[in-house]
Amino acid sequence: MNARTEQRIAFSVLFACTLLVVMPVLIILAIIFVKGYSALSLDFLLGMPEDGMNAGGIFPAVLGTLYLVIGAIAFAVPLGVLSAIYLVEYSRDNAISRLIRLAIVNLAGVPSVVYGLFGLGIFVVFLGFGVSILSGSLTLGIMILPVIITASREALESVPRSFRIVSFSLGASRWQTIRHVVLPHALPGILTGTILGLGRAAGETAPILFTVAAFYLPTLPESVFDQTMALPYHLYVISTQVPGIHEEVRFGTALVLLLLVLLLNLAAIILRYQFRKKKKW
Amino acid sequence: MSVHIAVNNLSVFYKEVCALKNLTLEIQRNEIFSIIGPANSGKTSFMQCLNRLNDLNQDYRKTGTIMMDGVDIDTLDVEDLRARAGIVFALPFPLPMSIAENITYGPRMHGMRSKAKLDEVVEQSLRDAYLWDEVKDRLNSPAMNLSGGQQQRLCIARVLAGKPEVILFDEPTSGLDPISTARVEETMVILKDRFTIVLVTNNVAQAARVGTRTAFFLMGEMVEVADTKTIFTAPSDRRTDEYVTGKFG
Repeated sequence: MNARTEQRIAFSVLFACTLLVVMPVLIILAIIFVKGYSALSLDFLLGMPEDGMNAGGIFPAVLGTLYLVIGAIAFAVPLGVLSAIYLVEYSRDNAISRLIRLAIVNLAGVPSVVYGLFGLGIFVVFLGFGVSILSGSLTLGIMILPVIITASREALESVPRSFRIVSFSLGASRWQTIRHVVLPHALPGILTGTILGLGRAAGETAPILFTVAAFYLPTLPESVFDQTMALPYHLYVISTQVPGIHEEVRFGTALVLLLLVLLLNLAAIILRYQFRKKKKW
Repeated sequence: MSVHIAVNNLSVFYKEVCALKNLTLEIQRNEIFSIIGPANSGKTSFMQCLNRLNDLNQDYRKTGTIMMDGVDIDTLDVEDLRARAGIVFALPFPLPMSIAENITYGPRMHGMRSKAKLDEVVEQSLRDAYLWDEVKDRLNSPAMNLSGGQQQRLCIARVLAGKPEVILFDEPTSGLDPISTARVEETMVILKDRFTIVLVTNNVAQAARVGTRTAFFLMGEMVEVADTKTIFTAPSDRRTDEYVTGKFG
């Protein structure tokens, strides 16, 4: 066997492996799209559920998921970014800061159902927010904090040291250096972390199970202290608790959830692109 | 001539490693004080003491004093000190901003807001660094697009914009071609009339060309300091003689 054939075989194996990785994603997308797209209509998106959720729309669940994602991001991004700035720019390298870093990494590995129980204990019961959008958003926010902190830290650490030294050498203070040189440069990376967190927050079921999600509500939520329906939980409910439901409603709901996450991601990607464009190299 | 910077018994340590030992010297106003010496001789450590950039290093410790205009620099506001003693690094590091924003960065951080004043600073600093004619039509384009030599002159202009008294040059031409080097050296000689200049270089010939006085550092100690001419023609220490004539280093 000569080198050329060997190379050809190696390439084929590598390509086949890559293809195998992509296949499940494509197949899932295809199945959900084919089985679900016939359910899609304006009435489905913007209507209230009817007939024991067998018919009508899923508007309360769509709206609920949007509320929860916005709430989680509004809570987690400022908190996560500010603590990442502290860890990278201010904290000295000692036992305590290493412990904090370790804790954050480990936080990312906690199962989502544990976050759900934690949210139930702290927000719903102890702080008395009840089963509400507020409790659910905060629980989801805490769940995506490690993702945002880790991505923000990496983005901040990737800003060349020379930029900081030059800024200091021109008489800028540490905060001015962060504000005018480090943060603008790290922003696209921070947004990437936000995108990842956003997708997770939209799709998780376990953390909202005990803290916010309602089986069925005849009205839309009116304040952050109300319960709401949410897409992932709604999907679970109609798939397991409603006998004889049309398959296309189930897959239609899954498709909407998928499209919603894609849409949110797209918005964040466009935002990131705008920031990258402004960067002057 | 009057003393601008007085260094008394300065020693510098990083963790337990001693980078500079019992250094005592005076730098005169409006001279080019050049420092030569091989790698690890403490040249850059010394320079980074003068604007307290060393303070950023967790492991740094110093003993002894540095007086600027008779005032201990440790008692000064560190941001003011760094504007008064601007530094030009070995490699040109433009900030990822436009040419004009690079120049006005220091003044803006010190509270200058007026657009007219900032514009004036941009033009004056670029003229003083002999870069104005080359960039006046593209002040808002990214500084990173300039050539290496232009970037280094931009860094000089950026330091000038801070209205310094002292300019520290830390091997400012080590990354430049001979023509750009000549331009930077010319600029230094002209700037000497208005500023006190400290030049660290491992290019011995450069010290001979532009230095008023020259100091020779070796292994963290100052071996000798004298008029540049004396150092290069009749040094009193054998090691200086061997270094400037290229027998080691």
